[in-house]
Amino acid sequence: MTETLTPETAEQVLETVQWAAAEETPLEVMGAGSKRAYGRPSPAAHRLDLKALSGIELYEPMELVMSAKAATPLADIDAALAENRQRLGFEPADLGPLLGTGAGAGTICGAVICNLSGPGRIKAGAARDHILGFHAVSGRGGRFKSGGRVVKNVTGFDLSKLMAGSFGTLAVMTDVTVKVMPEPEETRTVLVLGAGDAQAVKAMSEALNSAFEISAAAHLPAGVAAVSAVASVAAAGAAVTALRVEGPEPSVVYRAEALKALLEAYGNREELDTAESLAFWRQVRDVGFFVADGPEAGQAQVWRLSVPPAEGAGVAARILDAADGRVFYDWGGGLLWLALAPRPDGGHEAVRGAIGDGGGHATLVRADADVRAAVPVFQPQPEPLARLTARVKEAFDPKGVLNPGRMYEGV
Amino acid sequence: MRMPEPDAGIIARRSDIIAGLRKIVPGEGVIVDEDELRVYECDGLSAYRQLPLIVVLPETTAQVSAILSFCLAEGVKIVPRGAGTSLAGGTLPLADGVTVGLGKFNRILDIDYENRVVVAQSGVTNLGISDAVRHRGFYYAPDPSSQIACSIGGNVSTNSGGVHSLKYGLTTNNLLGLEMVLINGEVVHLGGKHLDSEGYDLLGLMTGSEGLLGIITEVTVRILQKPECARALLIGFSSNESAGDCVAAIIGAGIIPGGMEMMDKPAIHAAEDFVHAGYPRDVEALLIVEADGPEAEVEHLIERIEAIAKESGAVNVRISRDEEERLKFWAGRKAAFPAIGRISPDYYCMDGTIPRNKLAQVLKRIGALSKEYGLGVANVFHAGDGNLHPLILYDANKPGELEAVEEMGAKILRLCVEVGGVLTGEHGVGIEKRDLMDTMFTEDDLKQQQRVKCAFDDGHLLNPGKVYPTLHRCAELGRVHVHRGQFRFPDLPRF
Repeated sequence: MTETLTPETAEQVLETVQWAAAEETPLEVMGAGSKRAYGRPSPAAHRLDLKALSGIELYEPMELVMSAKAATPLADIDAALAENRQRLGFEPADLGPLLGTGAGAGTICGAVICNLSGPGRIKAGAARDHILGFHAVSGRGGRFKSGGRVVKNVTGFDLSKLMAGSFGTLAVMTDVTVKVMPEPEETRTVLVLGAGDAQAVKAMSEALNSAFEISAAAHLPAGVAAVSAVASVAAAGAAVTALRVEGPEPSVVYRAEALKALLEAYGNREELDTAESLAFWRQVRDVGFFVADGPEAGQAQVWRLSVPPAEGAGVAARILDAADGRVFYDWGGGLLWLALAPRPDGGHEAVRGAIGDGGGHATLVRADADVRAAVPVFQPQPEPLARLTARVKEAFDPKGVLNPGRMYEGV
Repeated sequence: MRMPEPDAGIIARRSDIIAGLRKIVPGEGVIVDEDELRVYECDGLSAYRQLPLIVVLPETTAQVSAILSFCLAEGVKIVPRGAGTSLAGGTLPLADGVTVGLGKFNRILDIDYENRVVVAQSGVTNLGISDAVRHRGFYYAPDPSSQIACSIGGNVSTNSGGVHSLKYGLTTNNLLGLEMVLINGEVVHLGGKHLDSEGYDLLGLMTGSEGLLGIITEVTVRILQKPECARALLIGFSSNESAGDCVAAIIGAGIIPGGMEMMDKPAIHAAEDFVHAGYPRDVEALLIVEADGPEAEVEHLIERIEAIAKESGAVNVRISRDEEERLKFWAGRKAAFPAIGRISPDYYCMDGTIPRNKLAQVLKRIGALSKEYGLGVANVFHAGDGNLHPLILYDANKPGELEAVEEMGAKILRLCVEVGGVLTGEHGVGIEKRDLMDTMFTEDDLKQQQRVKCAFDDGHLLNPGKVYPTLHRCAELGRVHVHRGQFRFPDLPRF
């Protein structure tokens, strides 16, 4: 019978994992469970629910540092940071609505373990770039820590990076220390209307190659822009290419104007103010356009591709030539979100086949559990790398008790 | 500081090993004569020297792969070496080990402006990357002070920073891809021109791994467009405390400057005597704060920083009027190390990181240690990110003085850890801080790190004796202690 174990202390997490390792009983590790459907279904016997490990343990605004227990809700963290006009620099996406688990439920270590980021990834980095240190229990049933509370640190291996994006397959994090960033004084978004995908990627590249410190660059083809949460974008009746500038007011005003001049050749230009910008980029961040699938798409399967930015439009075109669906671009063309008509095999061969020699990877973020069980959810790895991955897993979790198979079969 | 006992059996087989390596790298690429080996006997931590068994200078990834396969089969240890500028002894040779120098990996392979990346072989210098893209207004952001000489592969191995890392990040934040060779000769590609490598973030793990996990042959890094302009403020204070307060107030106001450096009085005087940068001599601490970006932003920030400085009790504020003056402000800071070299026969450069708000407290205690040991100290500090470089002045020719310096240095690093900081910010652990690792980590922490090492190199052939004070056998580390018969936690809440 499946049991849910809810330890209240790091010590109890240790005992639980030691027991699981001794019994070779797999555990499904979860915080709030908002991303349970992200990854391959785990055949774990029991559930290790960390929700009782919650609370901010340290927050020093002047030092730009915060430590929190594993399952501290991001909502609590955002609220504490907002009091000091600060934020998490990596802009973690809230994938709950996309995955059907509701908005606002995510936890700090959930964001870390999935290496979440947002549109600001191109400038500010992903979760991986913001972890300063952590405590954890390995799948072997041993407590360990890595890193510290300072930004500059090369003391020993950077295990924080390994935790980010490991989907709970290596260790159970019990707390994490992250760097935090000041909230920008002002945010504006320059829009270019009516550019085709390939032209839009060129426009974004030109902007990103300028000295105007673009903090986000996305392109919404007309059908996607039409469901924007920002009225003026939805009403544009055209594709929208968006470039975000943040910073002190005089700088933002200057850069927005300069960008409009720079991109004159690409189409008519508009501007969003701070409030509209926040709404616009939140929807891009959370893949909000694909939450409620239109009738033409049914329950669409959602893919996420990271590719060299200049190749983004070409990759998307190759996929959409062969399949029904919609795409939008983030990261200046380097991140593709695709909603494709459902297929039993997720269309994985066509999607991955579209990635060119320039490299990249594709993840099936939303699909029914049976599809995610049958299809490689994460990009399959070439042989030497796959073996190395298995050895790294073994270094932390030799009995395979933590989220086994969540990323790759047998890992 | 002890290195692992050399293996006499390997040393006895030296000529066979030379013959094997010559089959892989022909001609002058295998160095065996003592005079030539002498070039490689130390790195930037020159107090420690050791002639390597052999030096090999491969030119291709295939050769690196063959060298590692050969060494694995023969049980020969390997020390990877970039430009040899490590300040922590990370590339100190082994008497029974082959030093693999990457100096011939000096080509830039691809400059891709559309994707804003450069692909370079690992021996290309840090500055070489910026030089290659400068004509288009681009640069590579991390700028360690050794950037003229240090290699990009070495930067990856120590996660190098520089004076702009507060705003633009460290190597790890600017690295997108790697080609590396594992100890068994397998060539692995991590990441590429896209963001976030797939699977476990081995790219992040490799960064700062000090040559213990593999040999890096190729890197892909991001390049940025140069800011439109930059201006610097030179701010003098009558105490370290008020300088520290000013740093905190700037960050607290939500400003992340392009650079924020601090020097204490001995460092100010040495630098001023050397380069005549126009530094005030009557202050206890000096901050150089740089704002960069569009003119409008820089004006705005300079004004705000100046106001904050005055509120924090600055006794002296100067703002660079033009590019020439800005560079002059920096010239003193950039020449701080050689400037110290002029006033002391030798100096020992430390590299701890502390929470910014502990600065005044730490400097006070370093001052006390300086008195206790009778050794002068000058401090330069990446104030923005808390990275402290105390330079201890000494004379290596005086018997016992190096030992005293090392003892004092260890006390400074323990102090950094005690106040919530770490042993090394950007130089690496190498051999220098190896035996201090237990001040920061428990035995369990270190064992888990070494299990990761075992996943890459279970024979401990890659750079042994560096970073970890005790080498545990991988078989022993792999054992799982079974806690059988334990109660299934009657106290644990469950549903």
